[in-house]
Parts: sequence; structure tokens; C-alpha cells
Amino acid sequence: MGRYVIRRLLQMIPVFIGSTFLIFFMVYALGDPVAAMFGERAPDPATAAQIRRELYLDAPLWKQYLHYMGQIFQGNFGTAFNGQSVTELMASAFPVTLRLTVVAIVIEMVVGIVLGVFSGLRRGRGIDTSVLVLTLVVVSIPTFVSGYLLQFLFGVQWGWAAPSVSPEVPLNELLLPGLVLALVSLAYVTRLTRTSIAENVRADYVRTAVAKGLPRRRVITRHLLRNSLIPVVTFIGTDIGALMGGAIVTERIFNIHGVGYQLYQGILRQNSPTVVGFVTILVLVFLLANLLVDLLYAVLDPRIRYA
Amino acid sequence: MRGATLAKWALCAAATGLTATACGGGGGASAGVVSASWGDPQNPLEPANTNEVQGGKVLEMLFRGLKRYNPKTGAAENVIADRIETKDSQHFTVTLKDGWTFSNGEKVTARSFVDAWNYGALLTNEQKNAPFFQYIDGFAKVHPTTGTPTAKTLSGLVVKDDKTFTVTLNQKFSSWPDTLGYSAFMPLPQAFYKDHSGWLRKPVGNGPYRVDSYEKGSVLRMRKWGKYPGSDPARNAGIDLRVYTDNNTAYTDLQAGNLDLVDDVPASQLKSVTSDLGNRYINQPAGIIQTLTFPMYDKAWGGPGKEKVRRGLSMAIDRDQITREIFRRTRTPATDWTSPVLGADGGYKAGLCGEACVFNPGRARQLIKQGGGLPGGHMTLTYNADTGSHKDWIDALCNSINTSLGSDNACTGAPVGTFGDFRNKIAAKRMSGPFRAGWQMDYPLIQNFLQPLYYTNGSANDGKFSNHGFDTLVDKANAETDTGQAVATFQDAEKVLAAQMPSIPLWYQNGSGGYSERISNVSLNPFSVPVYNEIKVN
Repeated sequence: MGRYVIRRLLQMIPVFIGSTFLIFFMVYALGDPVAAMFGERAPDPATAAQIRRELYLDAPLWKQYLHYMGQIFQGNFGTAFNGQSVTELMASAFPVTLRLTVVAIVIEMVVGIVLGVFSGLRRGRGIDTSVLVLTLVVVSIPTFVSGYLLQFLFGVQWGWAAPSVSPEVPLNELLLPGLVLALVSLAYVTRLTRTSIAENVRADYVRTAVAKGLPRRRVITRHLLRNSLIPVVTFIGTDIGALMGGAIVTERIFNIHGVGYQLYQGILRQNSPTVVGFVTILVLVFLLANLLVDLLYAVLDPRIRYA
Repeated sequence: MRGATLAKWALCAAATGLTATACGGGGGASAGVVSASWGDPQNPLEPANTNEVQGGKVLEMLFRGLKRYNPKTGAAENVIADRIETKDSQHFTVTLKDGWTFSNGEKVTARSFVDAWNYGALLTNEQKNAPFFQYIDGFAKVHPTTGTPTAKTLSGLVVKDDKTFTVTLNQKFSSWPDTLGYSAFMPLPQAFYKDHSGWLRKPVGNGPYRVDSYEKGSVLRMRKWGKYPGSDPARNAGIDLRVYTDNNTAYTDLQAGNLDLVDDVPASQLKSVTSDLGNRYINQPAGIIQTLTFPMYDKAWGGPGKEKVRRGLSMAIDRDQITREIFRRTRTPATDWTSPVLGADGGYKAGLCGEACVFNPGRARQLIKQGGGLPGGHMTLTYNADTGSHKDWIDALCNSINTSLGSDNACTGAPVGTFGDFRNKIAAKRMSGPFRAGWQMDYPLIQNFLQPLYYTNGSANDGKFSNHGFDTLVDKANAETDTGQAVATFQDAEKVLAAQMPSIPLWYQNGSGGYSERISNVSLNPFSVPVYNEIKVN
């Protein structure tokens, strides 16, 4: 098990280097960011040259990349154009997005699994059909539509929630954006759970458990659910990374200043340290979440072993 | 009722467990404080480094300079300057008023200005507004076009005593004192140089507000400064500027009573804004003009005789229809190259463009034919697609040209991904057809609408227009000591533009805004920025 974890961790190094280079290259391809700093005015050539030298933008791409990587290993992720260090931006943005993601994941797990279990146990009946239709509708609506719609209904029409999240990002204000962010994944979790439950409900070990006279509640939670959760866990694991990156739309709609906001600003202003730094961390989150999923398999199903 | 309160308390208790948050009513704002929408400023908040509206509006609240532009009329009026005297429009003596201090207690002296201007002009400080100091003697030494500076300070600035300093310009510039209301010329306390990064985290100025807390990219909280010595103290307890990435969200927040003031109503909401807000919707002229600029460096557009094509294209555009249909009257068709906010005395002259700015498809076809037709029979309008929803009006404009010229493919829009890339292409002179341009005035002077944009090698002369007659008239106007005479000469220069049409004036942009029932006395200044210190909380 330990050796497996170490091997997986070592595999992250080339992924890390490759992804940073790719992102660096792509942001670089967007062009020279200095011109935009001067607005509608032609940049004063002397000042522009000075800024380029300061930001290391006058060097060829590979040199810029090496310089950047060198800085990263000293813990310096560079500076955004507004004078803030990127690490400072990360420190303010990641906790916010993490909180939003946690809210979304909790909603997705609780509601998704409960709905899935209910419809899976009553396959083909009214509740099952309505859940299927409902999830189909949810999956087919893009996030920005459901976002603006729920924001308008809950925020403006009914006044139940604030339409935007205040700078302190209190948890209660994150419920609505969390729901919007979770909606699509929630539908998938529901459907995955449903299928898995419906399949396993006729398995031998469930029949045995029922025959032993175990209470229905115990049969469902200990025997049926535990075995049915493996595909769901896989999905939720990969979803953590997707949600953090995908928060870009939700964060914009609800004016949350998290990772999505910083990435958006970074791309708009072509600030490669911001974009590369944030995406690098997102890549790491994604990789770690995947590792975590693989390790969870063994917990859920003791038959799975890692050498 | 009781259940609802209980639930609210439970929620609040849960929330305070994670962060401290206000659980009162009123959208979380403190008493007497106005919350307003804001865009993240592009550069650090330093006077000489702020060249866009979002940072500029903060400086307007935190600083007062020698002069200030009257929020209603736009006239430059003395604030800290007691008098600015000159005999020859080139040597100026500035005398300051008594009793001004920064909010940290430091006195505002002649040095506060001279040091700040020297800092702004010095190349190694990388201040984006450095060219604003170019008229002061010695600028070439502290800000050489190549190489390193050979001097640290401008030789044209001399401190006489605490209250007096002299300025020597390198050319005659009669309206120079009127430029001093621009934010680049604000004074700075010594604290700025002693602890620069600390100052940037929490700027200290001498305006009606002081910074309470600043979370970059999120919220800037300013509170009324009680000891402000000026005649225009804040009439509210403070302003919270909240950064919005999407102005639709800001508008939604306003509708829900979560925000007091938005200073940019999104285009998609213009249809319903009067029914939503009634008379709490503001739509008034601002010092912004939008044009189509021609690449004069391209023979196909700038060669001899091509002014006929350029004038013809201007006549092919139905400005009235586009401002009505697309902009819902938040733009006014332009008939000169300045802005109505200047007023007749300041140099605005309706109709100066003449017949070239009047929609006339027949004459347009005729003129374009005489000028040799469109280069290659086809043209593209380049614009940046990342901000400002330019696509809508560019498409409408092309449609108008196509209809006028009776051809389906005479004109097409050519989007460029980002504003940065757009500016790069312009700077590299890589435009093969007309492109969109917008000019927001730095100060309400006719000079600011003409010289940077059309004078040979002007700082915003994107089309590289160069005309000896125009340059001579601008020089003459700048040297004029009589304001009326100067304005008239500038208008003569503008007539050169009308004949040559290096850029097509499209429309004057209005400032728009909306506010909640919580506040009153809201107005926009000529820069389309709300006059924050005048806002009252009901």
C-alpha cells in the first residue's frame, strides 16, 4: 500500500512539469500583456520596456519558463499586475472555492445518494420515473442558465437568499451557489446510485442478509449501499477537481472571488504567473483526489488490494 | 414569524461559527454607508499609475489636488491651489492654501506635490501616467526614450517654500493649469516613499474619505474622514466599493436591495431599466466618444484622395438607428470629435463635422466611387471581443454600411480575442482596415480630445494620422493665452479632421447608473463617475 502511494506521488512530477509548460505556452501565445496595461493609450515605449524587463517578458519563452520554475521551487509564484503576489491571491482564493466545493459536494452526496437509493429500490415505479425525468431535465440545463434563473427567483423575486455572496463568504450564503454548482453532478450521482442499487438489490449477499433476518435498514446501509457506492465514489472523486475548476461560471454569477474569479482575471489580463500558478494547483488537486479515490476503493471493498 | 426568526438566528449562529458576519438587516451594510459596484483596478492604486476609470474613482475619493473638476460643469476649480500665476504660459508659480493635511496628520506642502510628480515621471518607477509630466522641463532626463535616466528629479520643478513652488514647462501651454485636476497630479505623503508596500495595502490621501480596509480584488471600505478641511466633505458615513466580475450580478443585487449603487447598467437590462428603477435610473452624457479609426499608414486607406472614401463611409452609417435600437439611447449620434460635456464654451460644437456625419446613402456611394472604391471591394472592422459587448454594434454598423452600399459583403466584423492582443495589433501597425476606438477624456478640455489622438505621434494616435496644418493649429491654440481664442483655434484644427476624416465620429457615450431607495442625491460627474461624497443615505 505504502509503495503504491509513493509510486503514484512520483508519477505526479512529470504531470506537474508537463501541465505547467503547456499552460505557460498557451498563455504566452495570447500575446504581450503590457500593451493592455495602458488602456486606449499607446504604451510609452520606455516605460513598457522597463516593465517587460522587470517581469522577465523580454526573454525567450524557454528562458521565461525556466525562470518561472526556478522561482516556484523557491516558493515564489510570481506577481500579478496589480502588485499582489500570486501566493497571496491563492491564499485568498482557494479557501473560498474550497468552501464552495465542499458545500456542493455535500449537497451532491446527500441529495444524490438518498434520491438514488429511493428510486433504485423502487425501480419502475412512479418515484423512480419522476426522479429519472427530473435528473434528465437538470442535466440538460447549462449551469449559467440554472444559475441566473435560481439567482433571480430566490434572490430577487422571493427574497429568500442574497443574490450575491458578500466578501466574507459566509457559509449560509454559499447554499444557493453550492446548489447551482452541484446540480449537474447531483443528477449523475443520483443516476449512478440508482443503477448500482437496482443491480445489487438482487445479488446473493443481499438475499442472504435478508434471509438472516437482518433489519431492512441494516441490509440497505451496510450491505447494499456499501457495495453500490464504488462507481459513485469514483465519480465524486474526479468531480472534486472538476468542480473547483468549473466554479468559474458559478463564481461569476454569484460574484464569489475565488479561483474562478482569479483565473478569469488572469486570462483577461494575460498574466501568466496567475494563470499558471492557479492551474498548477488545480492539477495537483485533481491528481490527489484521484489518488484518494483509488485508496477509498480498498476501504469500501476489501477484495481490492494494492501492492 | 417566530419560526422564521428562530431559523434566521440558527443560520446566523452557524455562519458566525465560520466567519464573523453581520446578522442585522439591510444587506449587511453599516449605518450610513453606501455600497457601490466596482471593477477591479488594473494597476496598483497609485496616482501616477492609475489610468483607468475603476482606479480613478477611488483616487477621486481619497485625494484632492491643486484643482478639481466641478462635478456638474467640469470646470477646473482651485482646491489646494490658492493661485497659479504665469506671465508667459510657460513659467508658473503655484501657491498653496493653508490648513490642508493628509489623513495621517502630515501637512500638505509644496514638497508633497513636487516629490509626487518627480516620482511619477521617473522611468524606473514604471508609472503608467509618466507621459503626463512630459511638458515639464527636464522630462527627457528622468524619462529618456531609451537607456537609463540621467537625473532623478525634474529640473522644471523648484520648491520655494512650504507653500510655494515654481514650474517651468518646455513649451507654451496656456491651459496647463487646467490639466492639474487629473489624478496623476495628486500630492503624496512622505509615508508613500517610506513604506511603499504598506501604503499600497492601505493608501493614505487627503480627500474626504480614508481607507478603512482594503481586500484586493474583493472590497474596498472607505469611511468619512472627519477632519477633512475641504469644502466638499462626505455627506455619508462611508463607501464600500464591492468588486463585481459581472455587471449583471451587480444589477441583480441592486434589484434585491443588496447593493445601493451601480454605475454601469448592463446593456441587456436597458430594456427594462426604467420600469425596474423609475427615476432612480441615471442616463447622462459623459466625456466619452467612440470612433472608427482608419489605419492611415496603409496606402489603401491613407493614400491621397482616400479622404473621399473615408467621408463616404461616415455617411453610410445610420447613427440614429444604431443608437436607438442597439444602445437604447445611452449613446448620442456624434457630430464632432469632442463631447457635449465640454459645453459650448469648452469647445463642443454640434454639427462641426458637417454633412459627413449625416446619414446619406446616395452621397456615400458617390463619394466612395470617386475615391476609388473600398480597397479590394471589401473592408473589415476590427474590435476586441472580450469586453464591452462590441460585437452587437459592430455587426449593426456593418449592416448599415452594407445596406447603404447595396452590397452584402462590403463590410464584416473582425473580432480579436483579448483587449491586449487588440492593442498589440494596433501598436504594431498591423491593422488592414478601420478599427473601433474609444476615448474617455482625462480632463474636460478640448485639447484632450484632439492632441493625444490626432497630433503627429500623439500618445493615442492609433491611426498614425499626421497633418502639418492640424499640428500647427494645435500648437497655436496651446500657446493662446485667451481661453476663447484657444478654443476657437482648436475648433479650426477640428475642421481639418472634418475634411480629412482620419477617424469617423460615431457617438457620444452616456454614463449610466441606478441606485436603491436607500440613498438619494446621486449624480454622475462628466467622467461618468458617481459623485460619491454628495450621496445621502435616507
